[in-house]
Order: sequence, then C-alpha cells, then structure tokens
Amino acid sequence: MTNTPIDRLARATPPDMAKKVRGLSDRAIAWIFVAPTIFLLLAINIFPLIWTVRLSFTNYAANRPNREVEFVGLRNYIRILTDDGIWANMQTTAHFLIWTIVLQVVIGFSLAWLINRKFKGNDLLTTLIVLPMMLSPAVVGNFWTFLYQPQIGLINYVVELFTGIPASSFSMLGPGGLAKWSIIIVDTWMWTPFVMLICLAGLRSIPDYIYEAAEIDRASKWRQFWTITVPMVLPFLMLAVLFRGIENFKMFDMVVLLTGGGPGNETLLASIDLKREAFEKWRTGYSSAYAIILFVTVFGLASIYVKALNKVKER
Amino acid sequence: MSAYSVTEPTGRSKLVAAVLVTLYMVITLIPLAWIISTGFKSGPDSISYPPKVVFEPSLEGYVNLFTTRTRVSQEAFAALPPAETWYDQIVRDQGMVIAGPSRFGERFMNSVIIGFGSTFLSIFLGTLAAYAFSRFKVPLKDDLLFFILSTRMMPPIAVAIPIFLMYRELGLSDTHLGMILLYTAVNISLAVWLLKGFIDEIPREYEEAALIDGYTRFQAFRKVVLPQAATGIASTAIFCLIFAWNEYAFAVLLTSGTAQTAPPFIPTIIGVGGQDWPAVAAGATIFLLPVMIFTILLRKHLLRGITFGAVRK
Amino acid sequence: MKARLLAASAVAALLSSGAAHAQANELTLCWAAWDPANALVELSKDFEAQTGTKMNFEFVPWPNFADRMLNELNSGGQLCDLLIGDSQWIGGAAENNWYLRLNDFFDQEGISMDDFAPATVYAYSTWPKGTPNYFALPAMGDANGWFYRKDWFARPEIQAAFKEKYGRDLAEPKTQKELLEIAQFFQGREIDGKTVYGASIFTERGSEGITMGATGALYAWGFKYENTPGKYDMEGAVNSPEAVEALEFYKELYKTATPPGYDNAYMEQSLDAFKSGQVAMAMNWFAFFPGLYADPNTGGDKIDFFVNPAQNVAASTLGGQGISVVANTDNMDGALAYIKWFAQPDVQAKWWSMGGYSCHNAVLNDPGFKDSAPFAGDFLDAMGGVQDFWQEPAYAQLLLAMQERLHNYIVADKGTAQEALDGLIADWTEVFEDEGKL
Repeated sequence: MTNTPIDRLARATPPDMAKKVRGLSDRAIAWIFVAPTIFLLLAINIFPLIWTVRLSFTNYAANRPNREVEFVGLRNYIRILTDDGIWANMQTTAHFLIWTIVLQVVIGFSLAWLINRKFKGNDLLTTLIVLPMMLSPAVVGNFWTFLYQPQIGLINYVVELFTGIPASSFSMLGPGGLAKWSIIIVDTWMWTPFVMLICLAGLRSIPDYIYEAAEIDRASKWRQFWTITVPMVLPFLMLAVLFRGIENFKMFDMVVLLTGGGPGNETLLASIDLKREAFEKWRTGYSSAYAIILFVTVFGLASIYVKALNKVKER
Repeated sequence: MSAYSVTEPTGRSKLVAAVLVTLYMVITLIPLAWIISTGFKSGPDSISYPPKVVFEPSLEGYVNLFTTRTRVSQEAFAALPPAETWYDQIVRDQGMVIAGPSRFGERFMNSVIIGFGSTFLSIFLGTLAAYAFSRFKVPLKDDLLFFILSTRMMPPIAVAIPIFLMYRELGLSDTHLGMILLYTAVNISLAVWLLKGFIDEIPREYEEAALIDGYTRFQAFRKVVLPQAATGIASTAIFCLIFAWNEYAFAVLLTSGTAQTAPPFIPTIIGVGGQDWPAVAAGATIFLLPVMIFTILLRKHLLRGITFGAVRK
Repeated sequence: MKARLLAASAVAALLSSGAAHAQANELTLCWAAWDPANALVELSKDFEAQTGTKMNFEFVPWPNFADRMLNELNSGGQLCDLLIGDSQWIGGAAENNWYLRLNDFFDQEGISMDDFAPATVYAYSTWPKGTPNYFALPAMGDANGWFYRKDWFARPEIQAAFKEKYGRDLAEPKTQKELLEIAQFFQGREIDGKTVYGASIFTERGSEGITMGATGALYAWGFKYENTPGKYDMEGAVNSPEAVEALEFYKELYKTATPPGYDNAYMEQSLDAFKSGQVAMAMNWFAFFPGLYADPNTGGDKIDFFVNPAQNVAASTLGGQGISVVANTDNMDGALAYIKWFAQPDVQAKWWSMGGYSCHNAVLNDPGFKDSAPFAGDFLDAMGGVQDFWQEPAYAQLLLAMQERLHNYIVADKGTAQEALDGLIADWTEVFEDEGKL
C-alpha cells in the first residue's frame, strides 16, 4: 500500500470520527501547546510589568534594601510629566524616530524596487546588503565612534576628500548640532536592509497578471506604479515602519555607545535617560513610573497604528 | 520566455538597477570592510592619519583579543628568554608580555550557549503554540495572539527593573538559564507570529489523513507538520538568533561575571591608552561570523520568512 | 523584611566563622582594567607562592567599572571576594553591608590605620566620613595630575616664541591661568611638521569624566560643596563667584586649547592624545604616570609631570581606591589573609616599585621616596591637598546630575556657568530632600 499523504487524503474519512477515538482531546492538546508560551510571557513580561506599576507609586531604591519604602502616590508621575528635561528627551526621541523611519523607508523601498528588476546577481547583492543588520548594535555604536573620530576617523577623512572641508574642523559627535544626525546615519546604515527585505517580500507578492491586465488597459508605467505597486506594497511597508518604530523607540544600545547621550543632552533618548535613572542613579520607583509612561506611549501609538494597518490590509 | 512579457523589465532598466544597487552595496559595505580590515592592522596603523587603506597585515588585534598583557620593567623585559610562539612574539613587539588569556573566549561561549539555547527554546515553544493557534479552536484566540504580540512593544528597561529584582530573589541573576528564559520571552512573540503564518500554509488534509491512518495528534504533528514547516522554522530561527546573539541591554544589566555574553565585552576592550581598535575589530569580526554563516546557509528562507509571516493575519 | 535581615546576618555569621565553609583556596579580586591592575597581578604572585592560594582577577574597563561592580554587589553576586572599589561607593557599600567592616580584623591583626596617610584613610576607608569605622584598607593613592612634553618645552625656538608672547619663560605652570596660556600657545602650532594642540582634558559625558576634570579647576579656585560641612547648605558655596569663574575657565580651556573631537574624552582618550604626539599637555590620574614614563615614544626624557596648579588654593581632585572584602564572599578567611599580607610595609614598598601608589607611611615618608620616580614628589604634593566628590550613598544621583549640568554648559554650549551651578544646586537639593537630609 502506498503511503504518501495524497493517498491518505484519498482515503480520508471525516476527521471528527477519528478524533473521538484518540486519547487526548484537541482542546487539551491546544492547551498543552499554548500553555508554556503563555506561562513564560506571564512570568517574564506581565508579572514584571505589574510589579513595575506597583513600584512606580513608591520611592523604592533597589540598591538600598535597608531603606524604608514609602508609598508616594502619584508623585513620581507628576514629577516626570512636569519635568522639562524629560519632554526634551521625548523630542529627541521623536526626531530620531521620524528621521530614521523616513530615510529607511525611502532608501529601503527604492532598493527593493531596484532589486526587483531581477537583474543577474540580485540574490548575491541582497545577501551582501543585509550584512550590517547582522552586527551587534552595541559593537556598531562603539566602532562608529572610531569612524567618526575627527582626526583618525574614516568619515571626516572622506568628507575632506570630497568637499575640501578640513577633517579636524568638525566633529560628528561633538557640539554644533551634528550629533543627532550622526546617530540617524548609523541607524539608517544598519537597518535600511531590514526595511528593504520586507518591501522586497511585498513586491514579490504582487502577481504578474495584475501588471499584465494594466498593460492591456494601457496604463502608463507611472500609473501602474502608483495604482498597483504602491498600494500592494503598502501593508508590508507599514509593517516595516511598525517594527522599526517600536525598535527605535526602545533604542538604547547603539546610541549609548555612540554618544552616551551627549554632547550635553543632545542625543539623550528617553530610553537612555531611563536606563540612567533606573540602573545608575537607582531611583527605582521614579524610573518605574518613567518606564510605565514610555510603555503606555508606545503601546498607545502602536495600537492606533495597527488599527490603521488593518484598514489598509482590508482594502 | 520567448514571447514579450510586460512584467519582465527591459535590459536597460536592469542594468541601471544593477549599477545603482551595486553602488549602494559598495558604500554600505565600506564601514563593514573597515571593521574587518582594522582587525588586521597593527595598533599604530589603525589610528594613523590619513586612514590607511593599504597596510601590512598583522595579527596583533586577534592576539590582543584573546590575551591580557602586562608591561614589565625594562630590565626584566631584557632578561626574558626569547619568545616561544608567534603570538608571544607579537606581544613582545608591543613591548609587553602575555599575562594570561582574556575573557573573550568565555564570553563567546556564553553567547553561543545563550544565543542558540534561547533560539532553540523559542522555536520549540513557538512551533507548539503556532500549531495550536493554527489548527485548534483556542478560546479568545485573537486576544491571546494580540497579547503575545504586544509583549514585543515593551521597552526592555521597563521590565528590566522587576526582572532584576525577581532574578535576584530567585538566584537567576548572571546565569545562563536566566538569560535563555529572558531572550526566549522576548523572541517568542515573533516566533509564534511567523510560524503561525507558515503552518497556516500547510494543508490540513495532510494531517487528517495521517490521523485516519492511526497516527495520534502528536505523531501527526511530528511526522507530517514539522517536516513541512522546516523552511518557516529556519527563517524564524534566523530572526530569533540575530536578536539573541546581539542583545546588549539585558546582558549588561543582568549579567556580570559568569553569564555575560560578548556584546557588552567587545566595546570595552581597552589597550594601553585608548581603545584597542584592532582588537575591537577582531572581536566584532569573529562575533559576526557565526550569525553570518547561519544566515548565508539559510538565505533562501530569509525572504520567504518575511513573505509568509509578515502580512498574514 | 525582618526575617530576611535575620537570615542575612545568620548567613554572614556562618560565613565569617569560615571553618564550615573551607572552600577550595581561590580568591577573585575585582578592580578596574588599567596599568596598576597589571602590576597588582605581578605583586600577587608572591602571595600565591606564600599561601598556595590561587588568585583570579576580574578587571573591568573604567567606563563600565562602576556600573558593573555596583550591579554585581547589588544583585548579591559572588564574583568578587575582594574589591578595589572607587572611593565614592563606600557610603552605599557600608550602608547596605556590601563591604565587611574591618575594625575587628584590624584590631586582631594589629593593623593600624595610623600607618597610612590620613587623607587616604579618610577618603578610602571610613564611613560615616572621618569616623573610625573602616570598610577598606587604602590600596591605591591617586589624584588627578598633569604631564607635558618636556622636549617641546625645552626647544629654544618655542621658548623664544613663548617669551615674546607672554613675557615670561615657558615652564611648568604655577597657576591654572598660566596653564591656559601655555595650552593656548601650543594650540594649532606646527611641531615637526605636525599640527599639535594645547592640552587633552576630561570631557566625558557618560560616567564621571567631565566632573573629575572640571573639579580640578573648581577646587583650585576654592570650590566647596557646603558652607558648613555636614549641613548640606550649598547655596553660596556651590555657586560662589569663584566657582563660576572656575567653570568658565574650564570651558575656555576646552574651547580654545584642546584637540578637535575631544568632546567625550576620558582617561583613555587623554592618554591617546598624548602618546600619539597630538598635545603638549594632558591631565590624567597619577596611576598612569609610571606607564607614561616608560612609554618608548613619548616617555623618558620627553615627559615630565606637575601637580594640578593652584589658583586660589592648592588642591587636586582625588582618585584612588581602598581594598575591601565583599561581605558575600565564600572565602572570607582567604580574603582577609590577602589584606593582611597586602598591609605589610615591605609588600607596600614593592607595590610602589612596581607602579602601584602605596598609601603606607613607611613608603611615603621614606627619605628616598621623593626621588624614586620623577612624579613621586608631585604625588606627595597632590595627596596633601586632595578633595573628593560627595561620598553619600546617593552619590551616583549627585554625580550624574553634575555630569549633565557640566557637559551641557561646557561642551554643548547651553546656558551660562552661573545657570549650570544654580541648576546643580536645585538637582542636588532634590536628591537630599528625597534622602531626608534636607
């Protein structure tokens, strides 16, 4: 008797009958399969989150177990929301977030669109372009401080080579307002391939017959691009934006190693500030409130965004 | 294809595209090439001005990465017996002697244990959950799925504080197990979502036929579904590994001596005066290799992973 | 809470009895990764030979040292048996029982703190400050000092040019303002076909760099943290006119006399700039001076050293550390044996000869000490006038507030010196209010 799935399929009887004779019900199996995941998430995400909420109403300091813990009500939240410094950090974060997304979407989509010309060797090029994304962000941040060195670094040297501006006359990570662009450059360098990959997936998901139909209708290439390519890729692109947005809102490792938040506070992203409050100043209660505010912000923005994404998908 | 096809780009547009993409590739790979080449420079060459493109290759960076060195007094240095090995010699040329191995080897092994351990666990749990969500009526399915996804939105620091406290109580601070569990918890949302997309693609009829043949659900899952989902599992594994391998924030906050991975270590390689850039670059290069090889081996699945998982709801 | 405390003290008692926990005879000593640490490895070989103990070392680079070690102590880790921790940690470490109180041990072994330089005992060992409660043995005396290119200073054409411009001889600066002039004089000058710069100074943002650098100027102008010690009355002290002037001075030094791109520089970058021949002068901790003197390219007769110049008062920023026993250790006896060994005068003398800065009077008061190294005399001068940052349990909050205010003013050009210091008082007041000290 042959035993390929197709043959078995041919002999198939209604599955409901079969189920009843097996030991475990499907419902039990479903629970056995899902439970470990849910349990892990409850233990390592949800329980800590609830704990954070609780701590956020206290003056607890994790490095001082012998100090009395007081309940301080909403004081931590009021302090944070009325602190100009924190609003400035939020603006820094927004600046970083918006520009990295804009640049990565524009470059990433263009690249994907070009690669989708399916020229010879596009596979190899794709694999090579993806490489920066494999690096550790911490190592990237660290190494780029070297590339940005005014005297010995590659970047300033190249700028001097092409523009004649003396390499030691400007400092990419120093005062003068360049630093907040420098971190955007590094993030874009590293993560554009990610956006590109997702866009490429989107472009490849468009069936050829749609274009063929458009061609029969004599739609111009330009029109095809705007009425077929863009709308069909949009859900993918929006997903890429969601991922990058969430990741960059949480951004910590790369920037902390690149600038440490400086010069002054120019690149002090909210999550770097949070880390400082929580694990260097050890203001556990205060930083818990800070963390909750950040989480609510990203969660709120992401929920609105996901709703929009679903609408786009349904179209 | 012999007939004219409207979807096949013209030769010229292909050429233009190839040139532009190659150009981007070259520019974007310069920093990476700089990392790799700096690993083979000597200390003075690495910080020379103008930056050196052509240089005499040296293994100084790699030797420094794996050793700790110490400076001894000039008399003691002169009295030393001749260097026994090539790496001794490289260190002597810098005017120092090897004091012992560095911690890089241990850190790298920690990365291997934690990176691959958590990837395996994420895939294992993720596949089970994804299968259940794909095939069974799970109560509150949509809510559960959204809940799983939403855990990905938490800033690591938001949960790091209580995890730090919790691990301190449970004795999980600075342990491999603690880090594996943590990275698994972060990765599992991605794993479930990507894998569910793949399993949805596998026709149910296959398993149903197997069930009729007398397989139990478990057997059907193992012998029919798993082999079919191999591609999806591979591409999900890439994404999980990239995260766990490179993660920094948790590693720096929750580990110190025993279970610390390589990312917090590499940026802190300091030579005598200033950061030891060749050694940093050597560390970055070695550290990139496993995940790069893993990705190149599985590159066919990389794109498919996104295609399947990404837009499926 | 009480039960846990009880359990903790029970565990501590159990550990200190030692006998029950006769571990394999190994010790791990934690310190920062720098030249003196390598010297300590060499020195410790004698201890290993004498006792059969195997010494392990965990050296953490400076930028991560505080983070990593405080985290380790705080999470109850067992990595370190012995810790050479920074002086500012002692308040917190004592308050939380992370360090073993050493008084009984000192009494029992006849180790007297009178044998160590008073400034180091005060700074590295005591908590509360100045009381005879010892949590460490002074291990490594240190202060922020300066070094310069003696060979450049000696060149006749440079000397002539300097004299023409400032009407005095080019020599080691005696005041901060002289230092600024010399640095500005060298800034952008061509020497041997290379553009060189004035001085490399600390400007680092993330950990403690810019505070350690700027306090060199602040203390020299007479900066005080409080009007009355112990009262936390900072208004008028922290933002005194002298303090404002000192801060403006440090900014001018940074803006007009440092190499480009040194806007986030600490110890390593300062050394880097000097060793690569970019700067005429540099500030750094005395700990690095033996290594600098031994450097084949810029050491030897090309380098000389000077103590932080006075302006209104002679003062230097304190560095340095004491060695403590981590209360959580599982080899208490071994750790104490190490301290006992380390405290011996002949070991201390060898420590100094290998590049460690002993704080032992037998070493420092030796008539030959001043001439034992070109920086030995400067070191004694510096230790005579050292001042340290707050050592409060909340020191990290105080330090990070100062880092932020200083970097914003000095490097990022935000606001004035007066505003920076006023803001600092506000930040610090908030911390002390939270502490219940104000």
